Amino acid sequence: MLGLVLLSLRAVLLPGGFGKVYVVPQQSAAVEVAQLDNEAKGGTKSSAVIRWSECPPFAPNATLSWPRTLGLWTAALLTLCVFSYLFADNVGYKFAEALVVGVSAGFAMVVGFWDTIVAQLLVKLTPDLVRAWALPLLPPNQSPDYWYLVPLALGAMLFGRYVRGLAWLAQWPIAFIVGTTAGLKLVLVIDADFANQIRSTIVPLVVISNGQFDWWLSVRNLLLVVGVVASLSYFLFSFPGSRALGRLSRVGIWFLMITFGASFAFTVMGRITLLTMRLQFLFDDWLWLIDPSGKRLPS
Amino acid sequence: MVGTVMLAALFSPKLSPISNLAETWFNILAAVAFLLGGTSLFVHHVRKVNQQEAGWGFSLVTLVAFLLTLLAGLLKWGSPPAEQTPEYAWSGSYQAEGSVLWWLYTYTMQPITASMFALLAFYVASAAFRAFRAKSLEAGILLVTAIIILLDRSGDGTWLTAGLPPAASGLTISSLTVTIMGTFNTAGQRAIIIGIALGVAATSLRILLGLDRSYLGSDD
Repeated sequence: MLGLVLLSLRAVLLPGGFGKVYVVPQQSAAVEVAQLDNEAKGGTKSSAVIRWSECPPFAPNATLSWPRTLGLWTAALLTLCVFSYLFADNVGYKFAEALVVGVSAGFAMVVGFWDTIVAQLLVKLTPDLVRAWALPLLPPNQSPDYWYLVPLALGAMLFGRYVRGLAWLAQWPIAFIVGTTAGLKLVLVIDADFANQIRSTIVPLVVISNGQFDWWLSVRNLLLVVGVVASLSYFLFSFPGSRALGRLSRVGIWFLMITFGASFAFTVMGRITLLTMRLQFLFDDWLWLIDPSGKRLPS
Repeated sequence: MVGTVMLAALFSPKLSPISNLAETWFNILAAVAFLLGGTSLFVHHVRKVNQQEAGWGFSLVTLVAFLLTLLAGLLKWGSPPAEQTPEYAWSGSYQAEGSVLWWLYTYTMQPITASMFALLAFYVASAAFRAFRAKSLEAGILLVTAIIILLDRSGDGTWLTAGLPPAASGLTISSLTVTIMGTFNTAGQRAIIIGIALGVAATSLRILLGLDRSYLGSDD
């Protein structure tokens, strides 16, 4: 805590400041071409679409971006709110938790609306309207496909669960979703997971490379086959196992323990990497105490 | 019936357009299910706020965040038009850089979710302490494997076994990691994947044959 206070004090006292985001205006070639094209066709000169990109504080034409600066501070404070859970459950953590639930739900709905409902459903039902409104690059003269009224109706039926007496309507779309998932998954898992994994396990147990017996690769292949068979034998619960099966499944447990050990190590590394990234965000992007990529150093 | 068509399409190319159509409808229904989920969340938290149940203040935060994100995304608030079609105000991406939705995603959702996952590093460490008290052969195997992989991925393993003679090069941490990942881990993962595939296939078949109707709310 003392270290954190001292670091924050140092950040405040630094001459260059901290916690600011600078941007420069950028206009892409595509925008200029589109504007010139519009003017050549006799159209009025459209107002320039200015896009902003982040830049170092010393870059020419660099402007302080208040929305991004506010965002940086929000992100930093929310990060600290989440980390405060290490001490105890508190109001700050609960606030961040409630916020992320709301934003995530809203975000998922927005993605579903624009990427699926507009791009896959409304495009088929009312192509002219969608072209004039949101997707001007849609090919013209596209006639409506009224088969897509079926998913629209099924989607509306899903909301039947909110109407007393009409809850049974929701069973039809649910049956459709479950049936399609079952059909898709059955094909996918049998082909990609089941058959492919067995096919990959059928390997030569005696490997001859360049006319010589490759004992190391042979041992590894043998271990692979034994490992798969032994691990699978551990999952045989349908009938009482013999003593031989018991021994085989014990070997399978050892293989599974090695697999879990490796997965555990990768999980630990992944979480620690995320932690270092958050700390780098706090100390680099927010407090400007470190600058590993040299983005704030004048060239 | 739909699931059977999906299966039959594999054997008859004439059915594949129907199968593709069903897949697109499925995607649309999945998106509508998200709307349903959002509605459910909204109704739940509105009720909590209305009745001033315990923690209703946090429900209010969720509601405000939800509605703000929804409005910002549906209205493409602050999204510039697409570069190719600047005369169409609504043609830009809903999550274009600089838009309100982009701001909410970049400065609230992304840092909170990343920090929550980062927080798990501390809890994983305490779990590791408990797991690494090897009390059995199986726990010992897990412990040794995890240490070897961690040493290799952290880079310390390279210098730790740098002094080994060439004849024992197979015992370096990096060689051991390659053997563990390529042989033992692959064998274990493969068995788990085959087991899951069998489970999913059996469940799918039960649904397609009408033996399992629990998704409709029945007890079968």
